[in-house]
Amino acid sequence: MRKLTFPMGGVHPDDTKYARDCAIEVLPLPPVVYVSVSQHLGAPAVPCVAVGDKVKAGQVVAEPGGFISAYVHSPVSGTVKSIGPRKDIAGRPVTHIEIVVEGDEWAEGIDLSPELVPEIPTDRAAVLEKIKAAGVVGLGGATFPTHVKLNPPPESKAECLIIDGAECEPYLTSDYRIMVERPDEIVVGAAIMQMVLGGCRAVLAVEDNKPEAIEALRASVARLGYANMEVAPLKCKYPQGSEKQLIDAVLGRQTKPGALPISVGAVVQNAGTALAVYEAVQKNKPLVTNVLTVTGDCLSGEKMHNYLFRAGMTLSYIAEYAGGVPADAAKIVSGGPMMGKPIANLDAATVKGSPAILYLSEEATRRGKEGPCIRCGRCADACPMGLEPFLLNRLAKAGDIEALKENEVLNCIECGCCLYSCPAYIPLLDRIRTAKVLAKKR
Amino acid sequence: MDKFLVSHPPHIHASRTTASLMRDVIIALLPATAVAVVFYGWSMLLVLAVSIVSCVLLEWAICKWLMKRPFDCPEAAGVTGLLLALNLPYTTPWWVVLIGAVFAIGVAKMTFGGLGQNVFNPAIAARVFLLISFPAYMTHWEIPQGLFGADAVTGSTVLSLVSENGTAAIDSLAEMGWHPLFAYVGGSAGEISILALLAGFAYLLLRRVVKIWIPLAIFVTVAAISGIFHAIDPVTYTGPVFNLLSGGLVLGACFMATDYVTSPMSVPGGLIFGFGIGLLVMLIRYFGAYPEGTSFAILFMNMTVPLLDRWFHQPKFGRD
Repeated sequence: MRKLTFPMGGVHPDDTKYARDCAIEVLPLPPVVYVSVSQHLGAPAVPCVAVGDKVKAGQVVAEPGGFISAYVHSPVSGTVKSIGPRKDIAGRPVTHIEIVVEGDEWAEGIDLSPELVPEIPTDRAAVLEKIKAAGVVGLGGATFPTHVKLNPPPESKAECLIIDGAECEPYLTSDYRIMVERPDEIVVGAAIMQMVLGGCRAVLAVEDNKPEAIEALRASVARLGYANMEVAPLKCKYPQGSEKQLIDAVLGRQTKPGALPISVGAVVQNAGTALAVYEAVQKNKPLVTNVLTVTGDCLSGEKMHNYLFRAGMTLSYIAEYAGGVPADAAKIVSGGPMMGKPIANLDAATVKGSPAILYLSEEATRRGKEGPCIRCGRCADACPMGLEPFLLNRLAKAGDIEALKENEVLNCIECGCCLYSCPAYIPLLDRIRTAKVLAKKR
Repeated sequence: MDKFLVSHPPHIHASRTTASLMRDVIIALLPATAVAVVFYGWSMLLVLAVSIVSCVLLEWAICKWLMKRPFDCPEAAGVTGLLLALNLPYTTPWWVVLIGAVFAIGVAKMTFGGLGQNVFNPAIAARVFLLISFPAYMTHWEIPQGLFGADAVTGSTVLSLVSENGTAAIDSLAEMGWHPLFAYVGGSAGEISILALLAGFAYLLLRRVVKIWIPLAIFVTVAAISGIFHAIDPVTYTGPVFNLLSGGLVLGACFMATDYVTSPMSVPGGLIFGFGIGLLVMLIRYFGAYPEGTSFAILFMNMTVPLLDRWFHQPKFGRD
């Protein structure tokens, strides 16, 4: 069978998914959690509890601060100890609600049983409201509020829901594990979103380096028998999990610059998001847990894990539980090695979308000294957006904002393929990022 | 928390460096170099040694004392030295080779700003400079002696024989045992074995060091033009097979026209670049004063690269 992929650019880093076979483990509760009010894209949520309040797990502790915002729930039961600024992974102060853990009592109405609920509700507005109330956000990286994305303007029509199970970043295995261990729930989540979008087609897209996940989802789709749903294996290529590239791979359609996926009839949701939608709608469970990979090239096999964590546990708590920071770790990344954020503060709290703790050795993450461009064109070959990073780099150095815009610098998706490929170690993406900021200001 | 590196993604690299790409080019040229050494013997080794050593040392010296900046990539200077040697007859005196190296690195490369900045392919520029300055040495071909060979015999290149005597010369060469795919007498050292050159080029393609478009455009253009002319007048004009396999065409198309720095970045730009080289090669061979035109053709098309890069870009996402 012909396997799909996106045609333009892309790179093939070693997949290094060492934690592939580590089954999901549930982390024990820490003595205290710090719940960030900024766990999503958009306006920060506004705390609605006071110091000293008793809260239960799954209870709302902060309400949306705007149209593009999301509810935040307590991941534990306990007492609110403080509300105030605390440093996030980049070291920036963000309002956190500190909760001292007492027992593990969940709010009423939340169904924690493992029984599958496969019946799809039919009231679209009620389902959207449930997704919103559960604080579900996109878990593929952008943490965009899901209820907004599932509610496209009435004049546009969703033709295809794509469930992103590509997990194209090296090292990461959390999506893989939920696809293998909880395929039924993902498939029901997909069917719910299908209903919300008006009964469009649904494609579960998984890269072919995860054959077990493809098999598990296929079996689940066959067993549950929802109409108009299929599993599509994709040929491995980074950045396949990027929304634009994934739509191109599955549907062969390219969105125009600046246009939303719905303009070509597509809605993309991550596999983890599908699971969160399932739990929100069928189990009334808000998004307070997620799976995170602890991995890295300088970790030995038994220290790699896929953990079910509660959003608010600190990274250092998880790292400690997993066996501590390896001695030869030179860089710690929250996420994959291509797009993950560097962790400047390991004491930072996890959020709903925390993807991984990745330890990279000096060897793996070394960037050579910048040399002169030899015009080899590898950056342009690698760019999945068809941009010319060598040219953007030159224009950025010259500060020519107009020319940068003409050459579509704002279309850069910051996937990192250019810098990954550059034999002269020119910090192409670093300069392009700066140029984008300047170009947006004009 | 201990000290950890904090920097923007991507956090990993394909670990393909400028030096490793240049090493691949050197590896790709090794078969042709080996054949040249076996056929031409010790004097070939001398040409190679003088060319490579002087290119590398000169660039190092210019970086250190004139430009006061790091010597970025000795491998790239080595490639220039190797290509220059393969573009000379093995009989070239050492001091002529030295002058060529000085021109290649000192004039064609470093005056433009060094690695990545030069307009002309340094080895080609030096070859043309020597061809004009020392025509006697540069067109003096001797029948090779081999590494431990006997006495040398002076001869002509195939192309100059044809230039003087018409296509009939090809038959007499064939009688002498000349075979275009393996090796033939006379010519620049690197032209001796087409098979070795193609093997090296296949390696470059497999390792994804270069793309096939530029050489392909050159070969197709040369084959098409010579095919048409040969069909019209087979006595005056040589045919496609002969034109593809003789002279420096394969060496030039596969290793000089594909030089990153002096060729267009986009695929359409590369196709036009290759077409231009093929066209100029055939114009010079058929109607020019020189029997061989690959160097001139590449040098001329090098000048068009900034324009081709300005006019042709790769297609952008969502723009068709």
